Amino acid sequence: MAQMAQDQSAFRMELRSWLEANCPAEMRDGNSSRDHTCWGGRNWVFESEAQETWLNRCIEKGFTVPTWPKAYGGAGMNRAEEKIWHEELARIEARRPLDSFGIWMLGPALLHFGTEEQKKKYLLPIARGEIRWCQGYSEPGAGSDLASVQTKCEDKGDHWLVNGQKIWTSYADKADAIFALVRSDREAKKHLGITFLLIDMETPGVSTRPIKLISGMSPFCETFFDNVEVPKEDEDGISSVVGTINRGWDVAKYLLTHERSMISAIGSGTGGMRPLAQVLTDDGAELDPILRAAAIKAEIDSLATGLTLERYKDMAEAGQGVGDASAMLKYVGTELNKDRHELMMAASGSDALEWDGPYGSRPADWLRTKANSIEGGTSEVMLSIVSRRVLGLPG
Amino acid sequence: MTEEETMLADSARGFLDENAPVKQLRDLRDAGKTFDRALWQEMAKMGWAGILVPEDHGGSDMGHAAAGILAREMGKTLVASPFLSSAVIAATALRQVSDSRAQEALSAIASGEVTYALAVDEGPKFSPEKTEMSATRDGNSFRLNGEKTFVVDGALADRLLVLAKTDAGLTLFDLPAGRNGITRNHKGMIDSRDAARITFDNVEATGEDVLGNVDQAMKVLQPALEAGQAALAAEMSGVAAGAFGMTVGYLKERKQFGVLIGQFQALQHRAADLWCHTEVTASAVAHAGRMLDEDPENASLAVSLAKARATDTAKRAVIEGVQMHGGIGMTDDFDMGFYMKRARVAAEWLGDYGYHAEKIAKIRGL
Ligand SMILES: Cc1cc2nc3c(=O)[nH]c(=O)nc-3n(C[C@H](O)[C@H](O)[C@H](O)COP(=O)(O)OP(=O)(O)OC[C@H]3O[C@@H](n4cnc5c(N)ncnc54)[C@H](O)[C@@H]3O)c2cc1C
Ligand SMILES: Cc1cc2nc3c(=O)[nH]c(=O)nc-3n(C[C@H](O)[C@H](O)[C@H](O)COP(=O)(O)OP(=O)(O)OC[C@H]3O[C@@H](n4cnc5c(N)ncnc54)[C@H](O)[C@@H]3O)c2cc1C
Repeated sequence: MAQMAQDQSAFRMELRSWLEANCPAEMRDGNSSRDHTCWGGRNWVFESEAQETWLNRCIEKGFTVPTWPKAYGGAGMNRAEEKIWHEELARIEARRPLDSFGIWMLGPALLHFGTEEQKKKYLLPIARGEIRWCQGYSEPGAGSDLASVQTKCEDKGDHWLVNGQKIWTSYADKADAIFALVRSDREAKKHLGITFLLIDMETPGVSTRPIKLISGMSPFCETFFDNVEVPKEDEDGISSVVGTINRGWDVAKYLLTHERSMISAIGSGTGGMRPLAQVLTDDGAELDPILRAAAIKAEIDSLATGLTLERYKDMAEAGQGVGDASAMLKYVGTELNKDRHELMMAASGSDALEWDGPYGSRPADWLRTKANSIEGGTSEVMLSIVSRRVLGLPG
Repeated sequence: MTEEETMLADSARGFLDENAPVKQLRDLRDAGKTFDRALWQEMAKMGWAGILVPEDHGGSDMGHAAAGILAREMGKTLVASPFLSSAVIAATALRQVSDSRAQEALSAIASGEVTYALAVDEGPKFSPEKTEMSATRDGNSFRLNGEKTFVVDGALADRLLVLAKTDAGLTLFDLPAGRNGITRNHKGMIDSRDAARITFDNVEATGEDVLGNVDQAMKVLQPALEAGQAALAAEMSGVAAGAFGMTVGYLKERKQFGVLIGQFQALQHRAADLWCHTEVTASAVAHAGRMLDEDPENASLAVSLAKARATDTAKRAVIEGVQMHGGIGMTDDFDMGFYMKRARVAAEWLGDYGYHAEKIAKIRGL
């Protein structure tokens, strides 16, 4: 134990001095109310030189994907080390160097289901921010009932022929590639005829149409597939299907547990989130007693939820899978995040009613949080998962 | 939970299912009793009474996280025992003091021979800082006058830890319950457990009876209160788990409209929400135990978080528990009411939701 603690504190000190030397001053505004996410990708335009420098330095050390194996561009950190990394980032309010659907979703699925060749081909560019992926799950007729996806995938010998439509595809218009759930067997039971397919967005026949959100932003799209020919294998013989043909549902579900755990983090007191108290009393705002009481309760729930997230991550590292409990984490974390943003809006009163007013993106952020309990599976769907799979209540 | 913790929980569960199911509390109540000394002796033999007592003094010294695990298991079947008062609160207080008298007292706790109760409250709400009971100097000794309320385990305890106001602060006294001038009024409590109102009429206390230093009660009492609050939170998480287990069981067994009521989504989602709530609280409870073991100086936030969350969760679990059982949930023959009543008592003991929320707010700068 003592040895472990020592190693960890040495590790912390090493990270700390590395960060001191390598994190540009402009990148130490991780709590800013502006969105400075670095998404990477073929067409990414860095907002500043510092953003580029910061990314490159992190890539070199594997810090964009700290827990991935070094062979795939990661730093090979274990849980304890990853925790320290996030704490040290938070300590200097550093931005995360890179965020992407590749890091959050596709990467973990590939690490689990990909062949060695697929891992080599796809993971490194994700880690290096060279490719931007989007998620093609939802369709107009398949939202909560995701296994009903209808986008057609036909076997044409050397390629798959894809026809159909996805919707709510976040950043599809900015993405280089899409991981899509397609129906490859129309006869089989709905869960058993789905394939998890990787498609380059530049393939002829793929098009997108942005949809505007209530926040005024337009980060998601309709995505159309019109006679899209997806090569079964690339020139090196690497398959464009992850996992087994017609068993894409297993990959899809596994990915969703990661997506849900990731989304849950936003509402809990982890990842260097500032205490709600500080956020609410910014600029010396006074809270009335009723608002204050609600804020205290939200703070209590945030802290406890943060501890829960950590506990489940520890369990995951100890080999006890998070599995269906990710539904709990997602439900609790996102509902809480909505509460937090309601409180922030209430605390800042009419000042937060102006787009780009004194509170910057606060109103847009508030509106955006309403999607948290929808995207990645709605709260109701999460409760149904808990009810069936955890509590064993009859279906 | 670590492997050791799981083993401790499993072995406690095995013992309690055999020796202290809810029926045991019901039988005690029906016999007009609040406590089974023989059961406590059994627990002492297993090292539970001495769970926070150093091995040199006959304890098993397993720490606060382990105490929380036992408390949680006891909560699941509403075990009536002086575990919190004696093994957790009094033992932690006594451990802050190194004199030989305190050490003998620790041995007596570990062996199960002597039980303690904590006499702090004077009104309907927990607020030790506002203690009014006086201990006035009288030559070399003190004279205690006043009334203590809601002294949990106080009617049957052998000794009392009494908080009183002295010249320049608060002082904690460790007195035999039979000392002249002490009158204990046993009160029938809603949870069928032991509690008393105690009056102190010119009770003499010597310097020997002071635990720690005069005017500096909090040095000894604060760690004891935090230990008690964390363990009580653990017990409440067990109360919630016990009530929840019954409820989910009932949803899988009761039929209405030709189907199991657990098939109705209106109930499924509420049960699932409740489970999520209990899981989040379990994290706070485990964290509090770990903090008390590893970094007790900085455990206040973790402890208040655990008590606040556990209070909220237990309340929800018993309310939903009665509701989802329908009519039968309201009957005395059915156990759910026992859970509801214990949850209410535990909510008030050692600080209610508001008390701990306010502490958290202060620490977090709200
Ligand atoms: C901001 C945002 C970003 C998104 N990004 C992506 C993306 O990148 N890729 C992607 O594929 N998808 C994305 N989505 C889509 C998202 O996954 C779906 O919106 C979600 O799964 C819900 O599906 P739906 O919108 O069709 O709602 P529906 O399924 O039609 O649900 C409507 C309502 O009915 C409830 N409901 C449905 N079924 C049940 C049931 N069995 N029991 C009880 N209640 C039920 C739901 O909870 C909801 O309240 C995004 C959504 C949003 C809002
Ligand atoms: C104090 C008291 C006095 C009473 N007095 C009388 C009286 O004078 N005369 C008399 O005839 N009765 C009386 N009752 C009985 C009372 O009307 C029933 O208890 C009540 O109708 C519920 O029925 P139940 O107890 O069988 O519960 P159940 O019907 O078994 O319900 C159990 C749980 O399942 C839920 N549930 C059941 N069906 C559904 C559904 N379709 N969807 C979602 N949830 C569902 C219920 O809401 C409840 O939470 C009394 C009950 C009490 C507690």
